Amino acid sequence: MSLLEINGVTKHYGVLKVISNLTLNVDEHEVVCLIGPSGCGKSTLLRCINRLEEISSGEIRIHGDRITGPGVDLDRLRRDIGIVFQGYNLFPHMTVLENTILAPTKVLGMGKREASEKAMAFLERIGLAHKANEYPDRMSGGQQQRVAIVRALMMDPMLLLLDEITSALDPELVSEVLDIVRDLAARGMTMILATHEMGFAREVANRICFLQAGQVYEQGPPAELFGNPKGERTQAFLRSLKKAGRI
Amino acid sequence: MAGSSPELHSETGRAATWRARGTTQTHGLRTTLTLVVAIFCFFLVAVSAQHIGSYAVEQGVSKVAALIPGGIAAVAAGYVLLLAIRAAMKSAAARRSGDVYEARALGAEASLASWKALSWSGALLVVTAGAWFMAVNDAAVSRTFFDLELIQSSAGKVIWAFGTNVTIFAVSAVLILVWSLLIAIARTLPGEAGRPLRYLATAYGDLFRGLPAIITIYLIGFGLPLTNLPILSDLGSTSYAIIALTLTYGAYTSEVYRAGIEGVHHSQVAAARSLGLSHTKTMRYVVVPLAVRNIIPPLMNNCISLQKDTALVAIIGTIDAFNQSKIIAANNFNLSAVTTVAILFIVITIPQARLVDKLIDRDRKRMRAGG
Repeated sequence: MSLLEINGVTKHYGVLKVISNLTLNVDEHEVVCLIGPSGCGKSTLLRCINRLEEISSGEIRIHGDRITGPGVDLDRLRRDIGIVFQGYNLFPHMTVLENTILAPTKVLGMGKREASEKAMAFLERIGLAHKANEYPDRMSGGQQQRVAIVRALMMDPMLLLLDEITSALDPELVSEVLDIVRDLAARGMTMILATHEMGFAREVANRICFLQAGQVYEQGPPAELFGNPKGERTQAFLRSLKKAGRI
Repeated sequence: MAGSSPELHSETGRAATWRARGTTQTHGLRTTLTLVVAIFCFFLVAVSAQHIGSYAVEQGVSKVAALIPGGIAAVAAGYVLLLAIRAAMKSAAARRSGDVYEARALGAEASLASWKALSWSGALLVVTAGAWFMAVNDAAVSRTFFDLELIQSSAGKVIWAFGTNVTIFAVSAVLILVWSLLIAIARTLPGEAGRPLRYLATAYGDLFRGLPAIITIYLIGFGLPLTNLPILSDLGSTSYAIIALTLTYGAYTSEVYRAGIEGVHHSQVAAARSLGLSHTKTMRYVVVPLAVRNIIPPLMNNCISLQKDTALVAIIGTIDAFNQSKIIAANNFNLSAVTTVAILFIVITIPQARLVDKLIDRDRKRMRAGG
């Protein structure tokens, strides 16, 4: 059984259909990259998985348990599904350490000392232990995004959603964030990434899904999808990226 | 380079027009007019200072005390005159100068000096008019509002009564901060289930923002004692004043809080909720702390108007500074004691107003810095 099953999900805002009858399964320890043009529904799909957005029809299951529809404990669900946003969204009135231990202490009831030790271990791993008492606005975008990843990891999520996490970064800061994702992939973290970093997607993903008009238009292993795309739209998308020098 | 594009071919034409336009402004007319205004102003101030000063001496004010304000005004007017003369001279020098760039610099200096002289003249004329207002009709205005003897003899009583205003202010400020936050949270409750409380909070806000504060105070201060309710009908008038002001200002301040809560970017809420924090915990740890940071200046503004509105409680007979001074005024047929109250209010509110300005300034700078 897959960790995540998305069955015939549709999402529309009024008349605008963002996701249309989309089906996708993700297995445990799998890294799936969603690629595609702007507005193809990548971000919306991720936000539907942890129910920051409500789907219009279809269903989503985690380990076979349906998490869409009424009566689902959303706070409980979101403990186990981490998300990292394009704009970091760190809490500006809290230090790095406070940002990372807020949810473990207030949601899981973990002791402050225990949570701090755990957070410091993570921060050590990503080389930001010395910034633990710094406020987010005193740090670079890359550093903030790494902290945001740690904040999500502190809840030991079984699935991590990464929503264009390098899109707001200056080019020279992208690699420090991607290094962490690479490391997580090596440790077997199940992840779904919406990304424009094709080189990285090719390297880290087990599977690439090309989204088009709210559907999975084509999917396959990176080598196949980038090397020998079957669909016309996929070919056109990759061609335009090549022209822009992004592959 | 030259002639590489068609636009550049016409450069001689453009250059010619450009140079033809490049005249030098010497501001001759403005500096002349300024000089006239400054001379007029100087004479007016000098004559007024002499008149009002000698009148004050006749009334028994010491010569030194009468001389100081008049002297300052005269010196200021002389400074203005000097400025105007300098402006006129610079302007004349600009006209004579053969060097275009020097002439331009002189013209600019003349322009600035003449504006300065004009604005100083304006200010001096207003001050002089004020002085005349105090002095005309045998100094009726000064005597009515600024009877120094009465101010001195009544100051003790008035300042003591001002303690009541401070008490009312301090207690209701604390109550308002808590009460209005509760209202604001009720107004931002989510979903279907939150609707009844949301509507109730909205109705409360509409009602007490619509009611003039003085009417609320009157209704509560005179109404509750008539109800024979336990506790509520036996309070002192200070307590009624506190209740009324808390209800009125709670409505205004809850709007400030609400604006702050709604001003917190939704991405912050998304981040908190996606970590598994409930609505309540998100409000408690993320939204409200961020909101409060953003609304400190408007909260302080409310605080200042609350302090001033403590004077409204005089209507229900609370012996606050205003009521006390009214009693003194009625006994003496002179309003100078009320002036004392006015001065007290001004003295405590001005520093706060400056502080608010400073806070707003700091926020603006931080915004510009991109934090």
